Amino acid sequence: MDILNAIVAFSNFVLIPATSYGSQLALGALGVTMIYGILRFSNFAHGDTMAFGAMITILVTWWMQALGLHFGPLPTALLALPVGIVGCLLLLVVTDRAIYRFYRIQKAKPVILVIVSMGVMFIMNGLVRFVIGPGERHFSDGERFIISAREFKALTGLAEGLALRTSQAITIATAIIVVAVLFWFLNRTRTGKSMRAYSDNEDLALLSGINPERVVFVTWVIVAVLATIAGVLYGLDKSFKPFVYFQLLLPIFAAAVVGGLGNPLGAIAGGFIIAFSEVMITYAWKKVAGYVVPWWSPEGLVQLISTDYKFAISFIILIIVLLFRPTGLFRGKAV
Amino acid sequence: MKKLFFAIVAVVLSSGESFADDVKLGIVLGFTGPIESLTPPMADAAEMAIAEVNESGQFLDGMTISAVRADSTCIDSAAATSAAERLVSSDGVKGIMGADCSGVTGAILQNVALPNGIVMISPSATSPGLSHNNNEDNGLFFRTSPSDARQGVVMSEILLEQGIDTVAVSYVNNDYGKGLSESFQASFANMGGTVTLNTGHEDGKGDYSAEVAALASAGGDRLVVMGYLDQGGSGIVRAALDSGAFDTFHFPDGMIGENLEQNFGSELDGSTGQHPGSDSPGTVQFADMVGDAFNATSPFTPESYDAAALIILAMQAAKSIEPQDYKDHILDVANAPGEEIYPGELGKALEIIMGGGDIDYVGATAVELIGPGESAGNYREVMIKDGTIMTVKYR
Repeated sequence: MDILNAIVAFSNFVLIPATSYGSQLALGALGVTMIYGILRFSNFAHGDTMAFGAMITILVTWWMQALGLHFGPLPTALLALPVGIVGCLLLLVVTDRAIYRFYRIQKAKPVILVIVSMGVMFIMNGLVRFVIGPGERHFSDGERFIISAREFKALTGLAEGLALRTSQAITIATAIIVVAVLFWFLNRTRTGKSMRAYSDNEDLALLSGINPERVVFVTWVIVAVLATIAGVLYGLDKSFKPFVYFQLLLPIFAAAVVGGLGNPLGAIAGGFIIAFSEVMITYAWKKVAGYVVPWWSPEGLVQLISTDYKFAISFIILIIVLLFRPTGLFRGKAV
Repeated sequence: MKKLFFAIVAVVLSSGESFADDVKLGIVLGFTGPIESLTPPMADAAEMAIAEVNESGQFLDGMTISAVRADSTCIDSAAATSAAERLVSSDGVKGIMGADCSGVTGAILQNVALPNGIVMISPSATSPGLSHNNNEDNGLFFRTSPSDARQGVVMSEILLEQGIDTVAVSYVNNDYGKGLSESFQASFANMGGTVTLNTGHEDGKGDYSAEVAALASAGGDRLVVMGYLDQGGSGIVRAALDSGAFDTFHFPDGMIGENLEQNFGSELDGSTGQHPGSDSPGTVQFADMVGDAFNATSPFTPESYDAAALIILAMQAAKSIEPQDYKDHILDVANAPGEEIYPGELGKALEIIMGGGDIDYVGATAVELIGPGESAGNYREVMIKDGTIMTVKYR
């Protein structure tokens, strides 16, 4: 019974939250890594791209809610998602045409593009806050829980409760679907193969007749899809606040770099590594330890690092990986 | 030409004259920021007191008072200081009703009120750190709310009376949260309770599940959330409810407001809390006066009315609008002896003072200023039932 309680407490406070957070980070890191692999720069505007896509989705969700449109037990935001993706894509294409293309034609160094993307980041950040305001916005509806802690306790008679929120289940399921489709696209379709060819050797790809503008456009489409889905899922699961997305940039980049920039598989692994480290290192193990080792009742909380230093963990992992394996765990491109 | 010159001088002088008939009071509250849903009724209440005095026409030979609002932001000391500085230097206010949150109140006091010699009466800054027992404030700072040293004791009593003797505490990491959590932990432990974990949270995060996981590990019969309603405090409550870590909560003043009912509704049934408030007849009269104009029971709203009223009455008692003159009269008008003054009787009070009489301002919150000029402390104990905040009793 005690072991069961320990497993339930562990799942409730570590496993489920970290898995859904990891999925969100993985989707974000995939976007970053795609841009790095194909367009060859670190896109600092990615967090705010996510915020923009989520913002469009929220606005459409509100409009649908006002019309009385609902998606049964699922959040209405899922219905609004396609519009959000299109809106996000429009912004990205306009940005690319107006800004990035200029530097691409000049064959500017990646470091210049990084700084350019920072400028874009500030503009997007301002744009989002201008349209929807800096405050917290709620847009989730439908059933909140698949099973709530109280129901679980009544059902099983255990002392510990296990809550699974609809948003967490949707996050994990969506992430699996999106990743599967992305890998199928990159490995099996002609366009996907041409993108990988462009990524491996730009000149050779041009010689074999691949249209670079088309590759760039498809990349932005994929980035828009990934960023909007990641942004909406994070907003549904936690809360939508423009500034929070800006802060998300750090764990997302940590995930992409740890996995190996430019390597999609690495981005996914990196996302989960960062998420699980953050949650497990800041979790207070007192309760779980109490169930597993009943004769040991620790004075403190058995917590390695206070939750205030959550973001520091991304940094530490980033530094360790860069010291010992500069190209990331999955051998991405040289940074 | 000469005539024209004199005409201009006359016009300028006369307009200057009419300017001097008007006293300006600053209202410095966090109209944006983590308690933005609490501040509008507070400002309305202060302006209601001013309007009442203006209507009576009894103030210092028919002078009028006007209010100038400024945003304290509640958390940004630099912004609050410059807002207050603007009130003093460019608007020329003679007193400040404010500020609201303890951190910015301290900042304005140190950086603006002390150097310029301006009286401040805060309706809601409750940090024990603002009790200036050694006259560090030059007698310029008062508050119509009690210090959190008192709130900590009241909170402990409420919890222990319900048989709750182990709690976990999550406080907002600033002057208000720290001060209150320390005073609560000390008094709760003194009375035989146990605080399993007393830890801070930062405002403005997207996700508080990690903080709540630590609190859940520490355990406790109830979670005490000393935060801000429109900020991290609500985030902690949301995460605790979602993960099933805690079912009931206890809320001090910063967490009680309309948005608590709106955001959580009946999910919080059985939770308790308290905020400064009293059942003196003044509170009812105040609510009657307000009517539907704004929410008279919102926390710190009656305190704001009283704060503005005290400044005005002290000016009348000193027969001067200068802070250096009237600061010594605030305790006189607030406390016995004298005729008791309730809300809506400001005109009468001004008349009594003019006639040389003495008043004891009771106001909307049974004002009784003790020690270094702060309220002795009456609290309204509340419980959440069927998604609404109900009054249990006053203590």
